[in-house]
Amino acid sequence: MNQETLLVGLAGVLAAAAPIIFAVLGETLSERAGVINLSMNGTILLTAMSGFAVAYTTDSLLLGFLAGMVIGALVALVVAFASITLKQSQVAIGFVLALTCRDLAYFLGNPFMGVSGPRLQAMPIPALSAIPIIGPLFFRQELSTYISYIVIFLAWLWIFRTRPGLMLQGIGEKPAAAYIRGANVNVMRYVYTVIGGALIGLAGPTYSLGVRAGWMGTISGLDGIGWIALSITIFGGWNPARAAFGSYLFAFLQWLGLVLQPVLTQVPSQVLQVAPFPLMILTLLLVNIGDAEWVERTLAAMPETTRKFMAKLLRAMRASPPAALGVPFERD
Amino acid sequence: MNVELKNIHKHFGKTYANKGINLSVRSGSIQGILGENGAGKSTLMKILSGFIQSDPGGEIILGGNSVVINSPADAIHVGVGMLHQDPLDFPPMRVLDNFLLGRSGGLFPNRASVRQDFLDLAKQFDFSLDPENYVDALTVGERQQLEIIRLLWMGARVLILDEPTTGISASQKQKLFITLKKLAEQGMTIIFVSHKLEDVEFLCSQVAVLRAGELVGEMKPPFDTSKLVEMMFGKVVTLGERQPAQTGETILALQDVSLEDVRLKIKNANLDLKAGEVVGLAGLEGSGQGLFIRACAGLVRPVGGKVFLKGKDLTGKPYHTFKRGGVNFLPASRLEEGLVPGLTLTEHFILAEEPTAVFIDRAAGQRLAEDRIKSYNIRGTPTSTVESLSGGNQQRAELALLQSPLSLILLEHPTRGLDIESVIYIWSKLKDRCKKDGAAIIFISSDLEEVLQYSDRLLVFFSGEVSEPIDAATTTVEQLGQLIGGKGWPQKGDVNA
Repeated sequence: MNQETLLVGLAGVLAAAAPIIFAVLGETLSERAGVINLSMNGTILLTAMSGFAVAYTTDSLLLGFLAGMVIGALVALVVAFASITLKQSQVAIGFVLALTCRDLAYFLGNPFMGVSGPRLQAMPIPALSAIPIIGPLFFRQELSTYISYIVIFLAWLWIFRTRPGLMLQGIGEKPAAAYIRGANVNVMRYVYTVIGGALIGLAGPTYSLGVRAGWMGTISGLDGIGWIALSITIFGGWNPARAAFGSYLFAFLQWLGLVLQPVLTQVPSQVLQVAPFPLMILTLLLVNIGDAEWVERTLAAMPETTRKFMAKLLRAMRASPPAALGVPFERD
Repeated sequence: MNVELKNIHKHFGKTYANKGINLSVRSGSIQGILGENGAGKSTLMKILSGFIQSDPGGEIILGGNSVVINSPADAIHVGVGMLHQDPLDFPPMRVLDNFLLGRSGGLFPNRASVRQDFLDLAKQFDFSLDPENYVDALTVGERQQLEIIRLLWMGARVLILDEPTTGISASQKQKLFITLKKLAEQGMTIIFVSHKLEDVEFLCSQVAVLRAGELVGEMKPPFDTSKLVEMMFGKVVTLGERQPAQTGETILALQDVSLEDVRLKIKNANLDLKAGEVVGLAGLEGSGQGLFIRACAGLVRPVGGKVFLKGKDLTGKPYHTFKRGGVNFLPASRLEEGLVPGLTLTEHFILAEEPTAVFIDRAAGQRLAEDRIKSYNIRGTPTSTVESLSGGNQQRAELALLQSPLSLILLEHPTRGLDIESVIYIWSKLKDRCKKDGAAIIFISSDLEEVLQYSDRLLVFFSGEVSEPIDAATTTVEQLGQLIGGKGWPQKGDVNA
């Protein structure tokens, strides 16, 4: 493989990760506030279909993306209403919505099956795209990929560096403590769930108007992405930077599977296609290894300085979910 | 700031939690609020701190102005801050983030200046808190310190402390008291809610006693302890006399047992525990007592040494083998580890019995529950879920769940957060069971007086060091406090805290 094809391939990885990043960061925001939006898989399919349908009918890419965001936000609003106001199980409502939205996408999407419609074109950024290696890798992408870079940074900045972001962490961690510090817990949960939903809704059109342009119904190959994104949210430890890393890792492993197929002919192609999934599980295990008893024992036997260093490292790797995730908040 | 509460009533459904309370606290004083569990202390304080609202007709006057407090945010706005019994902070977040969370200001907080404020305040009260540390690495006492300076920084001029001395070490308590006195001198109003008489008597310049929702009396120093107790309970309560243990065969023998976890190592602990004996484990929280008691329960495997239960070598055997041998462990967190929230008392008793058939005999369970509720004096019905019971009654329920035959009872903070009456009751029940079943008791407590009052011998823990068994009858609180702080240990010279 020469350098150029490698760069093109890796640039493709960045683009393929963009929709996953939107979904994962949307879910991260929602879960940081304490609400699990399990509808993600259905939402991505529904917004992919409707985003494409709107863009096709109106011939406007912008309206297509907006439609995706609005639908994503509406689905999230249902989750928020059922769990925050009605105090119903977030898992149950999320599951049902995941199934409903998927079937709705296949059913309503019939008229748009296989038609060719508008799609995003690559938008090389002047000057930056001319830099060797970095240019072709990062700056000859579609608009949605650029937006994904920005969203990663903004989400991270918001959660860890701003005042409202700190409060967001607090709301998901211990709502009662956030409440005594002046937060309107339930309103904020609504807000973040809906914003998170809009972000998830951005993932669909990013597929159907970019990465995998068009709507192909059940063979669009998008079914299941939402569940992967859900696991990457956990892998990412509810931290946008880590979540982005997880998304890139997954897209990279998928690409690797494709690239290695012609090389490793003795390995059945199915194995390479499926390999990213167990690899993700392995990484997940590695991340949380510090909780295992045998690790604690091994650590205890080490000399003081090594022990402290390892404990710090494991502590930094460990990701615990927001403590109040899925728990309704009631004053007292 | 002077605080005046006028005609405060509060109903929760049928329960009348506060009945027409009038209380006035002068600026610069430390007001104690005494009362047994469920007397209405917490309700009154929650009303003042905005967590709940009183029934119409009541009035709160701060510094001469009538105020309406609808939320804790309102409360801190008018200068009322409350330190809750379980600190309301965010354990996985850093100290500095906890400190600044909730303070209004621009989008991006200026961490450097917040950090400076934090360090200045910490220094003023001689608290050694690292702003970059995570809160879950702090002790309860340090979390309180963080919360106190946070409330001051937010502008609190009235500080309410709800049972602040529960779960903190003796030296932290001392520091807390010094801090509170200093604050009072600066003109702050301190309201100190407790059921611990000695703390209130030591600290407060005025005490109000609540019983069954009513303010039954006030007192100024010098305090008359027996009169305060009488006001609290409406009757005279006395501590039982210490009785020398009637010891029998050896129940538990530890020979050179070594234990390890990430934080600390315990080397070569020895104990020979006889039937009928009570051994107390004293030490700062996290000094190794928890590890030790879990090793006695078979929950932690020793890395060296031997554990014998009634002469049988159980070293390295699982918890269930210990349990079959009559070992019962009552952990500190009653609702998390001891009981099953959501299940009723009847269901708990059914679960604890050996199953005799596939299907549950509800009627028998009901009879069993009624019987136990009566004999353990639990305030609840067979259909009450455990989380609806008060702390004292949950502890009684746990005692009622102890299996028979019993050889060893292991207790972690058996009376934390309970009032004297419950404490006395629980210990009398425990000693009864001990005598009846020929069992022995090992317990952890951070209350030094409890350790000395109820144990025959005690082991002191200091960062993994375990003392030889010490005779409790000839030890004073001062001596024990020194040992816990690492002073007066015979062996090494490197211990100082």
